[in-house]
Amino acid sequence: MDPIYLDNNATTRVDDAVVAAMLPFFTEQYGNPSSMHAFGEKVGRALKNARRQVQTLLGAEHDSEVIFTSCGTESNSTAILSALRAYPDRREIITTTVEHPAVLTLCEHLEKEGYTIHRLKVDNKGRLNLDEYRALLSPQVAIVSVMWANNETGTLFPVEEMAELANAAGVQFHTDAVQVVGKIPLDLKNSKIDMLSLSGHKLHSPKGIGVLYLRRNTRFRPLLRGGHQERGRRAGTENVAGIIGLGVAAEQAMAAMEHEQTVVRDLRDRLEQGILAQVPNAFPTGDPSNRLPNTSNIAFEFIEGEAILLLLNKVGIAASSGSACTSGSLEPSHVMRAMDIPYTAAHGTVRFSLSRYTTAEEIERVIEAVPPVVEQLRKLSPYWGTKGPASESFAPTYA
Amino acid sequence: MWDYSEKVKDHFFNPRNAGAIDGANAIGEVGSISCGDALRLTLKVDPDNERILDAGFQTFGCGSAIASSSALTEIIKGMTLEEALKVSNQDIADFLDGLPAEKMHCSVMGREALQAAVANFRGEEWSDDHEEGALICKCFAVDAVLIEETIRANNLTTVQEVTHYTKAGGGCSSCHEGIEEILAKVMAERATAAPVAAEPAPAQAPAAKGKLTNLQRIRIIEETIEKIRPQLQRDRGDVELVDVDGNTIYVNMIGACSGCQMAAMTLGGIQQQIVEALGELVRVVPAKQAAHACGGH
Ligand SMILES: Cc1ncc(COP(=O)(O)O)c(C=O)c1O
Repeated sequence: MDPIYLDNNATTRVDDAVVAAMLPFFTEQYGNPSSMHAFGEKVGRALKNARRQVQTLLGAEHDSEVIFTSCGTESNSTAILSALRAYPDRREIITTTVEHPAVLTLCEHLEKEGYTIHRLKVDNKGRLNLDEYRALLSPQVAIVSVMWANNETGTLFPVEEMAELANAAGVQFHTDAVQVVGKIPLDLKNSKIDMLSLSGHKLHSPKGIGVLYLRRNTRFRPLLRGGHQERGRRAGTENVAGIIGLGVAAEQAMAAMEHEQTVVRDLRDRLEQGILAQVPNAFPTGDPSNRLPNTSNIAFEFIEGEAILLLLNKVGIAASSGSACTSGSLEPSHVMRAMDIPYTAAHGTVRFSLSRYTTAEEIERVIEAVPPVVEQLRKLSPYWGTKGPASESFAPTYA
Repeated sequence: MWDYSEKVKDHFFNPRNAGAIDGANAIGEVGSISCGDALRLTLKVDPDNERILDAGFQTFGCGSAIASSSALTEIIKGMTLEEALKVSNQDIADFLDGLPAEKMHCSVMGREALQAAVANFRGEEWSDDHEEGALICKCFAVDAVLIEETIRANNLTTVQEVTHYTKAGGGCSSCHEGIEEILAKVMAERATAAPVAAEPAPAQAPAAKGKLTNLQRIRIIEETIEKIRPQLQRDRGDVELVDVDGNTIYVNMIGACSGCQMAAMTLGGIQQQIVEALGELVRVVPAKQAAHACGGH
């Protein structure tokens, strides 16, 4: 049986049409877009077209607001470091406790260099408290960086509202939108978002291409200085094929937006309900009423996530987990800890993330496969009795 | 994705001796659900000859935790308790054709459960004092707690020294930044703690600022070593200055100090004090003869 891929928040399959559109740019149209000859000119035109395609997907006012980068991580770093250099007297950053490591680790590093990092907390459904946020906004803050959707739970943050508040306080606002672009309609021209990061490989284009959206008239300092590519805002010869691929993927994402919001959402709901109806002591994490249409993160009590993934993998199902053991750390994911998921379940979370390629048959197969896997591991677990939790009787010598 | 051996996969997918055994007379329980792994080991031990007749495990944890538990029960069945206690984490890992560095703690849990079960059988208290920190060096599986304690105990000041003492950082070197951070933290604590140290503050402290002549430097080094000697003599050892060559100071470790481990620790301490007195970075190394004494190890 064909394997089932439910790990689309990690990365996605590159669409066939995307690959086809890219290929000529390796062999025939290999010119450098900066060159003063026909080879370069043609490529330059193709880049402009791709930039427009991305502009449309983002709902940006100008195509020059789209800066191509090498990945989501680079876009995040560029945005945050730009603000710190543009406002050298401002020594504070506001972000959240549940950001992707691309922001989290950078902020930890900046903290060691002397910046003050305010990390907004989340409640047990992964939601922010906007009063806490309002109180922190001040002229000392160089930038606010808040993810639009959480990669582990899919929970959406009210970034448009938060951007308005930042704007009113005269503070730049950046959002890591890597998980939302292509899954939710965007209209940046009618928002107060100054900068936004996206990553191509999350929307069916290749790895190694990203975008930083930079609103016109936003104070900016480049991360990479050198040639005049991207109007001097990101030097380095363009990843032409990647950009062309991203452009096509952006166009396809626009066309599939309706499908994502209806078919994919229904499949996700069917999957979640199907599993929860059969498996006791399991619950969805994050905010089920306000999340990406493609993501379901389920916590299974008294078992460990990596073991679940290994058994699922054996029956051809690919998912992911916030368990400590999948990353090699000793702690479960920072997102689960931030939400204060009960410790009985924090190690047993599994993320299923769908895409427009996911079929109803696949979802039925997963619904069938998950309960026996959970049961098998619970049988091995000292915390599970014959029918339910046995934690009362099992109390090891140290905790 | 972890690079698990076929043996690990086999013991995970087809665990041996899963479940609690009936009539167990030795039970070891370690780990906790908040730490992400826990193991309950049940043994049936022949009271006459202390031979393990049967073993069963219940494990909450990842693939390698389950595989390690399964391996442990296979290894110890038929052994006497005496023999079983000699089974090391490495033996468990070897039985499974190796575990990824990040997963070695899974085999540690198996060993601890065994110790706990033996203690339970003998009616003793078993307590665990091991503490695990974030894994810093992935090549040699060294965690932050061990690195910090080693830096503290031996007054280490450089990444190279940390590598010599703990192996951490001796592989791909990608963790050097992490080791430097731990060093910086401990050294900062040392700096603030220094004034309360029992030793009187070196009289030459201000000398650190100006540029010293070679003669002045050697005098300070001599004085510092003289101050350390009574301490060493109390432990039936001694140290003598042999030569100063630029930033390298050669000394002879004598008597009880010349054993490898002790000598290295003492050298670190001497170096620290000379660095403080001189206000410059120097290395204290054993002169040839002393180094030779360690060669036998
Ligand atoms: C929310 C979020 N931000 C940033 C990234 C990093 O993107 P990239 O892999 O393109 O650097 C990811 C992808 O893992 C992500 O999910």
